[in-house]
Amino acid sequence: MKAIKNHTGLVYPLNRTNIDTDQIIPKQFLKRIERTGFGQFLFYHWRFDDEGNKRQDFSLNKERYQHASILVAGENFGCGSSREHAPWALLDYGFRVIIAPSFADIFYNNALKNGIILIKIEEEQVKQWLEEADIGNLSLSIDLEDQKIFEGNKEYHFQIPAYHKEKLLNGWDDIALTLLHEEKIEIYENSNN
Amino acid sequence: MMGRSKTIIEKIWEKHVVYQEQEKPDLLYIDLHLIHEVTSPQAFEGLRINKRKVRRPDLTFATMDHNVPTRNRDVIKDEISRKQMETLKENCQENNIPLADMFHPDQGIVHVIGPELGLTQPGKTIVCGDSHTSTHGAFGALAFGIGTSEVEHVLATQTIWQERPKTLNVHVEGDLGAGVTAKDLILAIIAKFGVRFGTGYVMEYTGEAIRNLSMEGRMTVCNMSIEAGARAGLISPDETTVEFLRGRVHVRKDEAFTTIAQDWLALATDDGAVYDKTVTIRGDEVEPQVTWGTNPGMCVPVSGTTPNLNDVEYKQDVERALHYMGLNENQPISSIHIDHVFIGSCTNSRLSDLRRAAEIVKGKHVHANVRAIVVPGSFSIKRQAEQEGLDKIFQDAGFEWREAGCSMCLAMNDDIVPPEGRCASTSNRNFEGRQGNGARTHLVSPEMAAAAAIEGHFVDVRNYAGVAL
Repeated sequence: MKAIKNHTGLVYPLNRTNIDTDQIIPKQFLKRIERTGFGQFLFYHWRFDDEGNKRQDFSLNKERYQHASILVAGENFGCGSSREHAPWALLDYGFRVIIAPSFADIFYNNALKNGIILIKIEEEQVKQWLEEADIGNLSLSIDLEDQKIFEGNKEYHFQIPAYHKEKLLNGWDDIALTLLHEEKIEIYENSNN
Repeated sequence: MMGRSKTIIEKIWEKHVVYQEQEKPDLLYIDLHLIHEVTSPQAFEGLRINKRKVRRPDLTFATMDHNVPTRNRDVIKDEISRKQMETLKENCQENNIPLADMFHPDQGIVHVIGPELGLTQPGKTIVCGDSHTSTHGAFGALAFGIGTSEVEHVLATQTIWQERPKTLNVHVEGDLGAGVTAKDLILAIIAKFGVRFGTGYVMEYTGEAIRNLSMEGRMTVCNMSIEAGARAGLISPDETTVEFLRGRVHVRKDEAFTTIAQDWLALATDDGAVYDKTVTIRGDEVEPQVTWGTNPGMCVPVSGTTPNLNDVEYKQDVERALHYMGLNENQPISSIHIDHVFIGSCTNSRLSDLRRAAEIVKGKHVHANVRAIVVPGSFSIKRQAEQEGLDKIFQDAGFEWREAGCSMCLAMNDDIVPPEGRCASTSNRNFEGRQGNGARTHLVSPEMAAAAAIEGHFVDVRNYAGVAL
C-alpha cells in the first residue's frame, strides 16, 4: 500500500446516512479477480441509468466535483457487505480521504489497508461541510502526522488510533509485520495442539 | 480462588491471543477460515506475488456459493462468473485446501455448511470474507467477516490483528409468541435499536427467548448481527448446542465428545459477568415483522404502516427510501402487493425454515401475480427436504425448487428481481438494488414469505387460515 502523509483536495458532499457497500460497488462488478479497475463502477446505480447514461440528478456527475478527492458523508458509511471492492472502487475513482460521523467496522479496516484516510468527526461539523461543499467549492487540507484538518485559516483536530496512523504514514504491509512474530505463532500452535 | 466472572467473548478472546502490546490491537489466532469464490481471488494473487504460502490449509475450508447457478449447473453462461469459480478451484488445488465445489454433495452456502459439517464449534475463532460470518456465533464461536486483505493475511499467517471489542448484551425477556420467529425477533431488535447500535461491539444474545430457540433460530439471529453494525454476535453454548453438534462429520466422537462438550459448556458467560452495554427487549411483545425501506432497521410489525414523515429523524433518507420502494407514508403493510417471493439465504434456508414454510403453502397455490422460488441452503438440506417430500409440496403449490446457493439474496447469479419488482424475501438485506437493479425487497420470516406468496400481499401468519401455529 502507498504511504500517505497529507492530502489537499476538493470535497464531494454525499449527504446520505447508512451508505452501504452495495451502493458503493454493486454486486455485478464483484466478479473480477483483480484489485484494479473498479473506479468506473463506483456508486454505479446512482451515477448511471439503466442504459448506462449519466444521471444528471446525481451530484457526483456534476462538472465541479470531477476532481474531488475528499468524500464527506453521513453516519455509518460503508455498512453492510465486507467486500473490499468498495475501498478499491473509491480509491481507484480518486478518493483518498473520507470524512463521516461514523464508519462501519469492516469497511473501516478495509479502507485503512488500502491507504485511505478515514476521519471521524462530530456530526455537526460534517453537516456544515456537507452544506458548504454543496453551495460552493470547498477545499480541505489534511495533515495526518499532526491530525489536523485545515479549511482556509481554520483548523480542526481529529482523532485516529496511533497504530493506524503509523501504518498509513509508512504504507506498511501488514503481513510482513505479522511475520516478524512468526515464532510466537508457532509457539501458540505448538501449545494448542 | 475463582477468577473474576467473564463473558464468553472475553474467554474466547483471551484464549486466542498470540501476541499483545500496549495500545495496539491484539494478534489473534484463527481456528477456522472459510473461503468462497468472490472475496478470495485477489488474496491468493497477493500470496503469489509475494511468494507466500497458505500457512494452515488444514484450518481452511472452501466452497462456491455466491455465484453458482441454482439450475442448469452444467452451463454457466456468464464467463466472468465461471472464471471466478475456476480460479477458486485452482487456488484450492495449488494450496491443498479442501473445497466443496458446485457438484460436491456438501456444497452449500458457506454459513450453512460450516455448522452442518461440524466445522463450526463453540469457542472457535472463525473468519470468512463475508459479513454474515456472524452466523457461526450461534454456537458460541467468535465469528466475524473480513475483507480480502485480511483474507490474505489469515491465509499467510493464520492470525489477524484485532482491537479488543467492547461487549454488548442484547437481552430478550420473555418468550416469543406462536407464529413469531427468530427472524421477527432480530428484525424487531434492529428496528428498535437501529442499524449501528452494534458498531464497535461484539454482541451476546441472552434471555429466555434465546435459550428456547433451536440452533437454526439462533443462527438466524446471529446472522443479522452485522445489520445492527456488530461484526460478531454470539450465544453461549448449552445442551441445544451440544445436541446439534453430536455426530457431525468434523466433531469428535464417543468419549472425546463428552470431554469437549464439557469444555464447550464451560465457555458460557459466567453469572455476574459485566458487559460494556446492555439493551433489553421484550420477546413476548414481538410481532411478525416486515421491512418497508432500504435498510433492515426500516421495519415495522405486519399490523403497522410505513412511517409518517413528520415523525422521523433523517427525513430526507426516509423520503428517499419510500420513493425507491414505491410506497407512500402511512401506508398499511398489509396493503403492499408483491410479485416475487424468495425463500433462501444464509439467514433462512435451513430445513426447519423450509418445513415451516411448506406447512403454510401445503394444499394451496401461489398467487397468480407471484413468482416464488425456494433455494435450500445446502445440498444436504435439499436431499433431506426431498426425502420428506417438501419439494413436492412447494412445487405443487407453484414454487420453483432449486439447487443450493446464495441466489436471490444478492442476485449475483441469474436469480434476479426485475426493476420495480417487489419481493418478499427471507434474506438479510433490503438495500437498494440488492436483489437486482431497481428491485424492492421486503425482509420477512419464511412463514410470512410463504403466506405472502399465496395471498399476493402481506398477511399476519398468526391469523392465517388453516394453519396450526
